[in-house]
Amino acid sequence: MSQPGEVAQAPGSFGRGRINWFKYSSPQSFFPLAGAAVPWFAVPAALLCAAGLYVGFFVAPTDQQQGEAYRIIFIHVPAAWMSMFLYLVMAFWAGVGLVFNTRLSGMMANALAPTGALFTFVALWTGALWGKPTWGAYWVWDARLTSELILLFLYFGYMALTAAIEDPRRADRAAALFAIVGVINIPVIYFSVQWWNTLHQGASVSLTRAPTMATTMVLGMLLVALGFWMYSIAVALYRVRTIILRRERHTDWVVDYMRQA
Amino acid sequence: MNWGSLDAFLAMGGYGLYVWGSYAVTFVLLALEAVWLGKARRDAVRELKRGSGSPA
Repeated sequence: MSQPGEVAQAPGSFGRGRINWFKYSSPQSFFPLAGAAVPWFAVPAALLCAAGLYVGFFVAPTDQQQGEAYRIIFIHVPAAWMSMFLYLVMAFWAGVGLVFNTRLSGMMANALAPTGALFTFVALWTGALWGKPTWGAYWVWDARLTSELILLFLYFGYMALTAAIEDPRRADRAAALFAIVGVINIPVIYFSVQWWNTLHQGASVSLTRAPTMATTMVLGMLLVALGFWMYSIAVALYRVRTIILRRERHTDWVVDYMRQA
Repeated sequence: MNWGSLDAFLAMGGYGLYVWGSYAVTFVLLALEAVWLGKARRDAVRELKRGSGSPA
């Protein structure tokens, strides 16, 4: 934690020698760091997504069973991975805030929720558009689909809870408990295709194709997944800066920052 | 190269509506989120500037 009188370090000037990471657990120190980091994640996000889509559409071959409909996989699977991963990261920061009572942790969890909800919606939407040509239905009440829909409601519930409680520190604690209890849904989603007899296919890549073909499909998926990952970090860092400004608006440093902005 | 022509690319073997419906909605949403982020920040800055205009 930084001392009240400490001046925010300029982005990029880390000083020499060891970096004191705990310094960055204070919103004041993290704010410029996050701002400097955003382009370092946003640019790779765009490049990785572009590369992944190129591989997905121009290198990966047509699927023998599903024809070209399978190309939805290049966003469906990365989005579904991100929807689960972001929930775990969100619950992790919420839990850190609960245990160590650090302000920034709760803000970070807050910043991740909308993006997690977005990727959950994308997973459901692309799944519906993939389900229609392959299963003959946009939606079925299958274990995998239902648990993913519950994930969307968990994100909505988390956001509604933080918005409903006036005092942000109390809101963070209540929402953290909610987020942590909701973690139980993640293994349910992940293992649903094994635990229940579902329409949803299992491991998506091992469609028992020739190894070289499967490799390009996996490559496309991994590139987009990495792109979504970088995107999520960039977006969360940008959003957490706005949250910091609002929540710390009465502190001297934000008042100074606003005078210059 | 998988596609002989632009038409073949857009048709996606008859699955164009599903494939492009997926990609369009995804990337429109990602772009919208970026726009919302910028707006949320500008709104916050405007509000806080108004608030800090008369410091106590």
